[in-house]
Order: sequence, then structure tokens, then C-alpha cells
Amino acid sequence: MQNSSLIEIKDLLKSYPMGKGQFIALQDINLTFQEGEFAGLVGPSGSGKTTLLNIVGSLDSPTQGETTVLGKRISQLSQKEAAALRNHYIGFIFQTYNLLPVYNVYENVKLPLLLLKNLSSQEMDKMIRQALDWVGLTDKIKSKPAQLSGGECQRVAVARAMVKKPKIVLADEPTANLDAANSHNILQMMEQLNRELKTTFIFATHDEKVIKYLRRQISLNDGRVVADDIVQA
Amino acid sequence: MLTFRLALKNILGAGLRTWLNVIVLSIAFVAIIGLQGIYQGMNRQALDAMTKMELGSGQFWHPEYDPYDPLSLEDSHGTIPENLKPIIAAGSATPILITPGTIYPNGRIQTITLKGIPPEQSIVGIPSKELKSNEDLPVVIGKRMAESAGLSKEDYITVRWRDANGTFDAADARIVGTFETIVQSADKGVFWLPLDKVQSMLEMPGQATLVVRGQDLTEPTEAGAWTFRDLHYLTRELRDLVQSKSIGGSIMFAMLLAMALLAIFDTQVLSLWRRRQEMGTMMALGMTRGMLIRLFTLEGAMHAVFAILLGAVYGIPLLTAFAKSGVGMPGSYDDFGIALGKTLYPSYGIGLVVVVTIIVFFAVTIVSYLPTRKIAKLEPTDALRGRMS
Repeated sequence: MQNSSLIEIKDLLKSYPMGKGQFIALQDINLTFQEGEFAGLVGPSGSGKTTLLNIVGSLDSPTQGETTVLGKRISQLSQKEAAALRNHYIGFIFQTYNLLPVYNVYENVKLPLLLLKNLSSQEMDKMIRQALDWVGLTDKIKSKPAQLSGGECQRVAVARAMVKKPKIVLADEPTANLDAANSHNILQMMEQLNRELKTTFIFATHDEKVIKYLRRQISLNDGRVVADDIVQA
Repeated sequence: MLTFRLALKNILGAGLRTWLNVIVLSIAFVAIIGLQGIYQGMNRQALDAMTKMELGSGQFWHPEYDPYDPLSLEDSHGTIPENLKPIIAAGSATPILITPGTIYPNGRIQTITLKGIPPEQSIVGIPSKELKSNEDLPVVIGKRMAESAGLSKEDYITVRWRDANGTFDAADARIVGTFETIVQSADKGVFWLPLDKVQSMLEMPGQATLVVRGQDLTEPTEAGAWTFRDLHYLTRELRDLVQSKSIGGSIMFAMLLAMALLAIFDTQVLSLWRRRQEMGTMMALGMTRGMLIRLFTLEGAMHAVFAILLGAVYGIPLLTAFAKSGVGMPGSYDDFGIALGKTLYPSYGIGLVVVVTIIVFFAVTIVSYLPTRKIAKLEPTDALRGRMS
């Protein structure tokens, strides 16, 4: 790694063409994230949380400024390099779980490992079972997503994000479709994984249940960072 | 391998949609082979019958002989070339002398072709041995000729011809035998007579119009000014006819295949539309656009693989039974001018199956690939939101 920080964002601007002008989604963003952080981008809808998360996850690129993730400048990555970065170092958790409906729990969790290509079947099996053990779903490995509750689906999504033990997990509104009990279960589980594996978690959320768990809250409004607070445990 | 495993899982996971496409495509696949087999069988059957009945392994033609010019028929004869005489004597070739003639069945006039052939020959498939008769002018005719002139065995009929000096002559011929053949050119409008009688009638001793070479001979024989016509030349019309039928039939296959391909194209387009978020997820997990294009193309191409396998399951027994029992041909087909007989036996060669399999596989793969080109422009963020870039 070239930088001591895991993620470094400098003078980030992201805009989209809109009619004859430009819509500014993010501007003047300067942030750094260290290993093992449990941080959240907090703000109302349209504040730019998901856009920032997508840029950090190399799913999108900045219009101006620099975003460096694990020493790699996102704006300079080719499509293949960006895919490789996501494949090896970044896990994603989505609001709608995004599980593949034709695969069972085991196969959904296996998918990121298949893309890694250099693992044996035995190694993969061990990693999948470990990930399912973390989220408490070892008894549902044959179930299809349609046979699971919302909470169970999100736990599968967490296992899929964590199975390759990524450096960074990006979670976009992970509890938006869950009830309070399930939300707490999921968040406790993620917090535990963060502590045990030193994985950096970055959330995009406006859910109070999530915010209570964050150790760092970065508030966004109209595409700008308006506050960056470390929360004492 | 990963792409293959994922594609297999996805296509099987799609359930009924996949199997409907596979069934339609397999029907097209089997029907194409079935119909092409009929045309191949038609070609083979007609060629086989014509070879046995009148073509042998080729013919030596008098330089003036033109089967399409009846007016030149009286002049297209000559002394049999010396080089051909040994193979004729050995029974490996047979001379035929052809001249136009006229008969008068039931008081009406009917133009015919008189063909003189040695009664002892066994190269041309007519029952020429029946010409070894004590009758002054024995004749053997085919069933079609007999029906059109109202003749039957033992009947007498007056035959008129013109000899080498241009003088008209006539005699009463007796039908000593009839035969049935699917080769119309040996039957319709043809009177088969002993060669020596025809040579005598025409005052052309030792002459012939053509010499049919037996199937035991394959090496070329020098025949002077006479031209050797091989089977490729002699069957060119048959091949053209079968080809034109085959092209006509191909339009039907093309339509059948197009319907199946359209269903697959439609499925692919629908699949891309329905699975946008899935594509976004795959990209977020680290899949490149190229891998996604390969995955979706392979999923489509797998329809062809399943269709070919399914087609083999029911197509092999079905087409085998079809090839054994044959297809009954309607009576009107006899007027078509092609030697088919009452039953047509389809012929399915390995080449035909391989070519159709390759065509179906590549057509499906191309049709599956076309909609996936959209993925090349797909932004992961749009896909995750369920949008197409």
C-alpha cells in the first residue's frame, strides 16, 4: 500500500449532465478512512451518500478530484482493474440484498470466491461454512433466497460480502427493509466481524438504528460533508 | 469453466422458459434434419434407380446424339467404335440404337422412341431377355407406356419408322413383355426391341446411338469421336431438380428456425431486462463486462445444446423409424418426372446431421450474443438501480 490510510478522498466532485447543465451530486469532499473503522455516511435522501459509496467501491468514478482506495486511484483504473479491486478487497451489502434467485444460500456465498479463481474447492468450502457460521445460517445452506425471511437474506448478503475477508465492506442502507430486531442482529454481527477481522465498514444510511452503532458519523447534505464526528463508545 | 457453470445454473434455474425454448428449437432441429433427409433420400433413390435402369456407370454417345433434340435423332447413329467392341463382347457394356417411331393405338397416332438393345445384356434394367422371342418384331414396354397406349402383353400394334434412306416402313410388333420401373425415361413413350431387328429395320448394321457402360467398369475407355458422359453429367438434371426442391424446402426450415431463434432472442432481451440488478450485483462482486457478455451469450447458446440433446432423444428413434418405413408418395408424384417410386426412403448421413447441428448452434449463439452487446455500455451503478445505460 502506498498510503497509510485505507481510503483517501481529496477535493472530490461528482456531477451528472442534467438537461443543458450539470447536477452536482458531491463537491468538496475530503475524507480519509483507516483500517478497522466502523463509519457511516449519514444524511437525507439525495445527499450523495450512495454516490460516494459507489465511488469508493470503484463502481463509479469522480468527475474531479482524487479517490485512492488501497493505494489505487479510482479515476485511473480500467474497467478490468476496477473489477479486480472489488473482487479482491471490497465487499458490498445492498438494501435489497441482491441475492441471485436461482442460487441457494451456499452458492450465493460461493460466488465471490469463484471469481477469485485461485482457491481450491476445499478452501472455498471452508471459507463459505465459516462465513455462514458467522451469520448463523449453517442450517439453511440449501435454501433458495425466496425461502428465506428478509433478515435471513440480509445475513446471506453479509456472509457473501465477508466470505473473502475483504479489507472494506460498503453497506448501502443495509437495514432499510428489516424490522428493528433483525436490524440489531445484523448490526451486532457486523460490529463483531469488524472487531474480529479489522474489516473497515462504511455505511450509507439515514436509519437511526444504524447510526447508533457507528463509531464515526460523516454527515452529508446537498453533496457536501457538513460534519465528521468520532463517537465515543 | 466458471462462466459455463454459472450459465448452466442460470439456464436451468430459469425453468419452464428455458424448456419451452429448448422444445421449440429441438423441433426445428429434428424437422430440418428430417426434411433434408427426405431430399437426400430422394436424390439417392432416384440416382440409384436411374443408374440401374439406364445409366450404368456412364454412356458413350455418338457425336450427333442430343437427347433433347428429337429431330436429330435419326442422324445420331454410327458404327460402334472398335475400342468399345471388346467391352461389349465381355458383357461390360451394351449398345443401344435409338430412332423415332409412330404407333396407332385405338385409331389415334402416338409418337414413340424405338430403342434397340441386345436381348442378352444385363446392364440396362429392362427385362430384355423377353426379346428372345420367335415373334417377327417382339417388343417390351413399361407399364406407363402400356397404359397410355392401352396395350397389354400379347397385343399386336403397328409400328412405323423411317429407315436410313428416309423411306417410311411399318410392321406389326407384338408385346412380349411389360415391366414396372420408377424411371420414367425408360418407360414413357419407349418401345424396347432387339438391337439386331432395329439395325435391320433402319438398314444400319453394326450401328448404335449410344453405349451404356456397366457398373463394373470405372476406368476411362477411349471411344474415338464418341463422347463419354459420366454419371455426374447424366444426372445433372436430377441434381438440379432435387436442389431446387431442397432450396424450396430450405425456406420452410429457415422459417421454422427463425421462429425458434426469435423465441431465444426474445428470451435474451427479456432476460437482460429482468436481470439488470443481477448484472449490477455481479459487477459489484468483481465480474467484468466481458465475463457478463460471455455468461449471457453462453446461456443462450446452451439452449442449442439442450435442444440438440433433446432432439437426439426423440429424433434418433423417430427418424430411424421414418427411414425404415419410408414415406408413401402420392400417385400424382409420378408425373413429376423424378424416379421416386411409391415409397420414398429418407437418408440421414452423418454429414447432414453435423452440418445442421453446427448451423443451429452458431445461429443460436449469434442470436444470443446480439442483445448482450448492450452490456458493453452498462454502468454498474445503473445496473444496480435496475436501469440500462
